[in-house]
Amino acid sequence: MDLEFSPEEIAFREEVRTFIAENYPAQLRGKQDEGDELTKEDFLSWHRALHKKGWVAPAWPVEYGGTGWTITQRYIFSEETARADCIRLMPFGLTMVGPVIYTFGTPEQKAHFLPRILSGEDWWCQGYSEPGSGSDLASLRTKAERDGAHYVVNGQKTWTTMAQHADWGFFLVRTDPDAKMQEGISFLLIDMKSPGIEVRPIITLGGEHEVNEVFLDNVKVPVDQRVYEENKGWTCAKFLLAHERVGIAGVASSKRGVERIRSIAATELEGDKPLLANPFFRRKVAELEMDLAALEFTELRTLSGMAAGHGPGPESSVLKIKGSEIQQRLTELTLEMAGHYGAPYFRSFGEGDNQHAVGPAWANKAAPTYYNARKTTIYGGSNEIQRNIIAKMVLGL
Amino acid sequence: MDLSYTETQDMLRDTLARFLNDTYDFETRKKMLARPEGRDPGIWKAISTELGLTCAPFAEEYGGMGGGHLENAIMMEELGKVIAIEPWLQTVVIGGGALSAVGGALAAEVIPQIIAGDCTIAFAYAEPQGRYDLADIGTSAKADGSGYVLNGHKAAVYAAPWATHLLVTARTGGSRRERAGVELFLVDAKAAGITMRDYATVDGFRAAEVYFENVAIPGEALLPGGIELIEQVVDQATVAVCAEGNGIARKLLDGTVEYTKQRKQFGQPIGKFQALQHRMADMLVDAEQIASMALMGAIKLDLPAAQRKAAVSQVKAKVSRSIKAVGQNAIQTHGGIGITMELAIGHYFKRSTMIENQFGPADWHLERYEALTLPA
Repeated sequence: MDLEFSPEEIAFREEVRTFIAENYPAQLRGKQDEGDELTKEDFLSWHRALHKKGWVAPAWPVEYGGTGWTITQRYIFSEETARADCIRLMPFGLTMVGPVIYTFGTPEQKAHFLPRILSGEDWWCQGYSEPGSGSDLASLRTKAERDGAHYVVNGQKTWTTMAQHADWGFFLVRTDPDAKMQEGISFLLIDMKSPGIEVRPIITLGGEHEVNEVFLDNVKVPVDQRVYEENKGWTCAKFLLAHERVGIAGVASSKRGVERIRSIAATELEGDKPLLANPFFRRKVAELEMDLAALEFTELRTLSGMAAGHGPGPESSVLKIKGSEIQQRLTELTLEMAGHYGAPYFRSFGEGDNQHAVGPAWANKAAPTYYNARKTTIYGGSNEIQRNIIAKMVLGL
Repeated sequence: MDLSYTETQDMLRDTLARFLNDTYDFETRKKMLARPEGRDPGIWKAISTELGLTCAPFAEEYGGMGGGHLENAIMMEELGKVIAIEPWLQTVVIGGGALSAVGGALAAEVIPQIIAGDCTIAFAYAEPQGRYDLADIGTSAKADGSGYVLNGHKAAVYAAPWATHLLVTARTGGSRRERAGVELFLVDAKAAGITMRDYATVDGFRAAEVYFENVAIPGEALLPGGIELIEQVVDQATVAVCAEGNGIARKLLDGTVEYTKQRKQFGQPIGKFQALQHRMADMLVDAEQIASMALMGAIKLDLPAAQRKAAVSQVKAKVSRSIKAVGQNAIQTHGGIGITMELAIGHYFKRSTMIENQFGPADWHLERYEALTLPA
């Protein structure tokens, strides 16, 4: 057991740093600095740069376009991209449906969809939750009825992140209305341009348009766009949720978040001293870093278990719970630092808008970000559900 | 000892509650916020003129009812229940409180205008560098003949775009952060040399950055009392937002309990799950403590300064912590729908979050309490 990087790993770290420095889109960096809302093109610009280098899907098996990196290399890569403040790539293709397709899909599905996920040609969204089926996902009611070589899909999905940009969506639908809840569900890939699909925005508390409702009205879906067997979609759904939970911990980006708080609080004055000299504030930063260190080593233990062929099992719920709480505390501290400048509300209206916010730039979105971050303990299986999973699956209660 | 409200106080509460019930439902509020001026001025006119409520906390000599801090607390609590954006805090509690404290000709002139709804006040005290230290003031008031000339920049001045007057803290002498030399002035919001950069706030109000550039004001604009007067007024304001928080916390709790009775998952209302029941029981514990502290604050506001400050800091520290817990638990219990603009609950949460830090967060007030009461 050893925490030191080998000379090869250090060389790899240098390679990653150089690559980011030379290839991170300058226009994207500018928008991040200005706090502007990012467009689909912005997200794709970094995605494409990574794809060109062959680094867009480090976790995938090599045969499907993965990098073949060790766990340590993947750790270094996520550290370095977070340290350089690179945006997070959209997970719906790369870390959600991609692994489902290469694990459960047909050869034709793999050949068609995987390269398009890697290249960014297809933008994916996730059709899981419904208005009546949140924590109780298996109660979902969107139904798909067989009609020859097609399914006809009717129903409503919600909380569909970035569906406004999506080319494709992966949907959980009920194919057997008589089966026990989890057993009558299938996993369908649906072209978002299909007739009968309507996407309506949901505006969240910070004024953002991230999530949507998706209405499906007699949408025809070819049967060969079903992944895995009919009525066995829950297997894919569970596989995907466990994968989603590992990534959701967000260790590297939270470490970057703490650094940002440290550097702001070192220069932001309270009276004649930096805010970081305030004993109460210092203690909160110290406690956050303590919890983050514990999370990081929990994640490393999970990843090294995965490298040895275990999991990710129900232990990933630990990562989800602690990771989401830490993300929220980061936004709480930032809002506290903002002081009076937590109150002004300036939406960014995209390019061409010249309405500039007041107060320090880092404080502009402190409150909206805090409001928005309440989602982290709710999405991906609420933290109550994670505790249920731990109680049932780990503790055997 | 008697902690019951008088009949008059109950009547005041009922009058405002009934009016707000009829005029301030969630959808109507949304429309007010979307107006270019961000409010419906008719509401304030009705509260002051038609209902005659603005007279409640003022002495009879100014045409008031002879009430005080408790009347303000009652009104703020009811306003909180509908997350009203009316400038009661700034105009009646802060402006009216400062004028009542100093008395004299200025009070005799302006308080009747407040009661009549003709004068609305914004409190320009915060500065970009100052955080919560009321004496960290760079804005200058330089004596000039019989008057003063103001120069400086005030940050995030709530209700400024609606105000006829600004209550401004400025320095007549001394260096930044020195207590001596800080004074309070009542200034015509339209005075030459004042510019405002208006904006909306995350909790639904309108506010502004206010810039003073060689603003000439008469000597009578000074409200004598220095930093002690400012601290007294801010303590009154602090207790008032705690009372507002009391109304908000109660609505966050009630709204959450109601939602968990309706929302079904796993074949039953989610309120049947013990994990959520305990969460809501904790919310009630917090809401009760907020109610207790808001009441204690209102009752202790007239104690001698040191005792008053210690009590107000206990109140605000407790309310800040408890309202954070109530708000976060309300959203978590609602799930995703709590983070959208669609339900009222999220809008209550936006305001409750701002109350946490307004006039100082919990740590700031605990520090002030320690300095006043614990041996070094």
